Amino acid sequence: MTTGTGDLARLEEEALAELEAAGDEAALERWRAAWLGRQDGRVTVLLRGIREVAPGQRAAYGAAVNALKETLEGRLEERRGALRRAALERLAREGAVDVTLPGRPQALGRLHPITRTLRDCLDAFRAMGFRVAEGPEVEWDRYNFDAARIPEDHPARDMWDTIWVNTLIDGKRRMLLRTHTTPNQIRVMERTPRPPVRVVVPGKCYRQEATDATHEWMLTQIEGLAVDEGVRMSDLKGVLYEWARAMFGFDRRIIFHHSYFPFVEPGVEMAIDCFICRGDGRDCHTCHGTGWIEILGAGMVHPEIIDNAGYDSSRVTGFAFGIGVERVAMLRWGIEDIRHFYSNDLRFLGQF
Amino acid sequence: MKISLNWLREYVDVRLPIEELARRITDAVAEVEGWRVIGEMWDPALVRVAKVVAVDPHPNADRLRLATVDTGTGTVQVVCGAPNLAVGQTVAFASEGARLFDGHTGELTTLRLRPIRGVESAGMVLSERELGLSDEHEGILVLPEGTPVGVPLADVLGDVILEVSTWANRADLLGMVGFAREVAALTGGVLREPSRSFSASGPDVNGLVSVSIEAPDLCRRFTASVIEGLRVGPSPAWMQERLRKAGMRPINNVVDITNYVMLETGQPLHAFDYDLVRGKRIVARRARPGERLVTLDGVEREFDGEMLLICDGEGPVGVAGVMGGGNSEVNEGTTRVLLEVANFRAGSIRRTSTLLKLRTEASLRFEKGLGAEMAMYAQQRALHLFETVCGGRIASGIVDVYPGREPPRTIVLEAGRIAQVLGVEVPVEDVRRILGDLGFLVHYVPPAKYSVQVPSWRPDVEIPDDLVEEVGRIYGYERLPATMLRGTLPPPEVNPVMSVRERLRDLAVALGFQEVITYTLTTREKLALVTDPLDAVRRNPLGVVNPVAAQHAYLRTSLRASVLETYATNRRQAEGALRLFEIGFEYLPVEGDLPIERPVLCAVLGGSREGRWHVGGGDALDFFDAKGAVEAMLDALGVTGTFVAAEEYGLLPGHTAKFGAGGEMVGVVGQVHPETAAAFDIDEPVFLFEVWAEDLVRHLPERPPYQPLSRYPAVRMDVAVVVDAGVSAGRVLELARSHRSQGVTTRAELFDEYRGPGVPEGKKSLALRLWFRADDRTLTDDEALKVRQGLLARLAREFGAELRG
Ligand SMILES: [Zn+2]
Repeated sequence: MTTGTGDLARLEEEALAELEAAGDEAALERWRAAWLGRQDGRVTVLLRGIREVAPGQRAAYGAAVNALKETLEGRLEERRGALRRAALERLAREGAVDVTLPGRPQALGRLHPITRTLRDCLDAFRAMGFRVAEGPEVEWDRYNFDAARIPEDHPARDMWDTIWVNTLIDGKRRMLLRTHTTPNQIRVMERTPRPPVRVVVPGKCYRQEATDATHEWMLTQIEGLAVDEGVRMSDLKGVLYEWARAMFGFDRRIIFHHSYFPFVEPGVEMAIDCFICRGDGRDCHTCHGTGWIEILGAGMVHPEIIDNAGYDSSRVTGFAFGIGVERVAMLRWGIEDIRHFYSNDLRFLGQF
Repeated sequence: MKISLNWLREYVDVRLPIEELARRITDAVAEVEGWRVIGEMWDPALVRVAKVVAVDPHPNADRLRLATVDTGTGTVQVVCGAPNLAVGQTVAFASEGARLFDGHTGELTTLRLRPIRGVESAGMVLSERELGLSDEHEGILVLPEGTPVGVPLADVLGDVILEVSTWANRADLLGMVGFAREVAALTGGVLREPSRSFSASGPDVNGLVSVSIEAPDLCRRFTASVIEGLRVGPSPAWMQERLRKAGMRPINNVVDITNYVMLETGQPLHAFDYDLVRGKRIVARRARPGERLVTLDGVEREFDGEMLLICDGEGPVGVAGVMGGGNSEVNEGTTRVLLEVANFRAGSIRRTSTLLKLRTEASLRFEKGLGAEMAMYAQQRALHLFETVCGGRIASGIVDVYPGREPPRTIVLEAGRIAQVLGVEVPVEDVRRILGDLGFLVHYVPPAKYSVQVPSWRPDVEIPDDLVEEVGRIYGYERLPATMLRGTLPPPEVNPVMSVRERLRDLAVALGFQEVITYTLTTREKLALVTDPLDAVRRNPLGVVNPVAAQHAYLRTSLRASVLETYATNRRQAEGALRLFEIGFEYLPVEGDLPIERPVLCAVLGGSREGRWHVGGGDALDFFDAKGAVEAMLDALGVTGTFVAAEEYGLLPGHTAKFGAGGEMVGVVGQVHPETAAAFDIDEPVFLFEVWAEDLVRHLPERPPYQPLSRYPAVRMDVAVVVDAGVSAGRVLELARSHRSQGVTTRAELFDEYRGPGVPEGKKSLALRLWFRADDRTLTDDEALKVRQGLLARLAREFGAELRG
């Protein structure tokens, strides 16, 4: 059996009409089997019939049938694509979800705001070469006071109201809950035979104090200590400046005020410029209209403490500072009451 | 301390605006906490000085009088109820429309005049309360004699009161002169010291009194003088005004002079009625144990043998440096005064006042460490005032017993030290000016030294760095550059426990747990709910002597109570799943030493797991949620945990496991015993786990246990085996996971545990999914089946497991 080119054109028309009528994947598959099937698809049969074509016409016949086959295959793919697109369009249109419905709840854990603030502070100091150390919260009075140059009968002791532990060792050594992280200055130097020392020591401290919106009896502090030949107060300023900018913004400014702590000489308090009112809020609750926010105490380590550590205070100098982490966190987020931190109300903790 | 700007101006010129002055004082001297402007609202036209020229009775009221006052522009009549009104007084007078404080309510009001009991009043003669000066409303304010009539009151009484907080080592700043010296140094002003001149016209003081010091270690100096011919009465109005502005109550001229000079110099003084001093002699000695004295406040006090007393010929008349005795108090009939100005050892005064719980203006100054030279200075200043203000006759000479005399302290300051400490070079002329202005005698010894003599009123300055601070603060810390630390790297601080704690914290958060931080002090009762009665350490926590509250009296030996409490309080206001954790210390007592501070992660979870909506949830969290969290943490840390059934106080038996790593227990997980939960007001199943950081840290791999990825696919097969119901699934799984054969490794997961129809009584079926994989080839199905066969044989041997048909 032979077929002329006119027949081929008619066949193509017929096949394409059937293809157009196929409305789903199954119909397409039936069409494919009928026309292009490997056994008895009508085009396959035509191809097989080439043997019966006169040798002189075989080349032209083969080319024409192959062209038909390619056309049909191409149109099949097009049709398939069109059907897929139409199905997806239907899915998008008819199966649309209300995207304003709430998402499925997920279990989300969060760090406590004090942990976050503490970590951010420590990261800032680590970047300046500080190591992170720790020391005991239950401490000997010698480390907390005497070695920090706060003798028993000195009014400076009034600066730290102490919670005492109910034991007396050998009738004289007394335990207390450390009132500040300062004893770690002594402890770190004791275990470092030679300078340099460059540490920050975070931890809890305790005060025998009535609580209110700005006072809490359990506190988190970071003690900073850098001791070496050539450590200057200007370095203290530089380090704290970097820290202040890391915590409160690159455009912060800082100032030192004269202050007194028995373990440093000179002693200062550091303030940052008020980033709430930017210095022109007479009624600003954060800076009380002064434009400056007192944020920490610092100073140059007292030479007596340097000498007691076995270093030579004529060559070795150092600085120390103490940061109240709660205060930093309160400023950072505008928290109005320090007592929120350790009440652990999830409505509070869930905001950080 | 309250600093009156007017008073301060007597010693130093102040031209700076108050904001600027306050800022500079805060920067360099002491913290200005705030200030109060007196007379800010006194209208200069409406509130003026007037003079009372006549007082007549009110025709209709006994308790009211009619005052005729000269206002400077004429005389007017006002109705006045003040009992102290008298002809000749200079007073504060307000006209209609003046802004005043209501004498009764204390509220700010505007004066509206109306007839009082039928008599017109042209204005009002004012009390201190109405002027906002104090709460005094008993009588009118009487101004100093000679105050010009008709001038605005603000000009004569207006003032600014600075509230300044000073330092624990600076007694000199608690005196106006000392404070003025700082202001002068700061502003380039000149200090004007008050007059100390007087004429000694009385008899020789040595014939009137003798002084001996029996405790020279506690009493470094004792000066005494005698003033005769006194009449006790009110002190002059200007002195009273200053005392009030400083926050002290005027009492009488004698006491007021001692207080005034104390405020001026920082040196406390004490006046005795000379005629009540028995034996005409004074002895400063230690108290005899049990000795008693009624002090000026009327309280009888008992002393120990280390407290210093001031005694007369017969017994105590005062507690040195703290408070005088009632037995020698100046009274209305006093005509002769013995004036004590002494110097005591600071620590001794602090000890005495602390033990007696008696803090006074005097003790607060002495305990900070006063220079002994100040005693004579204050003595002379007081005698000047006794003579000029009270017309007293001063005995010739001043008794001065001074066993603690010390030569002035001289400090050698290397010029290089300033830059070494501050990081900035301060020019020689600045160093000399600053120290000189502060009262130091400076000798510059070229090329690079200062020899500095410390003034007697600055005992706090002991070492060269103290001088560096003096220079630095006045020079200005704002002139320090901000520099970066130099030098070699510091040694490492090795703290693996801290690192693992932080890892655990991050992992807990990643697993959906909220971090909490609770108080570390609790009660024995709460600890008893969560600690084993047989655990002698945890049942005997360290107590504190002076807790802030009864519920914070013991250092916790377990975190469980605080975390469960936090769970309970949050459960009251939140539904759904709660997952909380804390990482903190257990404080475990150690005989004779500081307690062990043992870091623990304690987590608690319960409630219904997250469902489709934000209210209402899915099924309840259970033991396996808690265990799953533990497994995930251990896995992330590269630790293979082994769980074994365990019993733990406060946890439910049969629902509790301990888990170990490398053969050591590193934590516990379980359901909180419902009775324990109930004790915390929790009425739902709640689960708890702890990870013991110090134990865990010993079993952490140095590096994460990395396995190269196999290039060959695994063959997956599911099997179900039947074992005795008592066989631990964990051990079956462990064996499967450890199965190796001819380079083939096994991964195994459990996907069902089943008891019931189809499985014999007393048995259970465990469904396992197995993946077999070779590192060097693609396994054929036959090979995989052979490995599976080997595994089943081992399970049969170890656990009697049979393949479920
Ligand atoms: Zn502000």
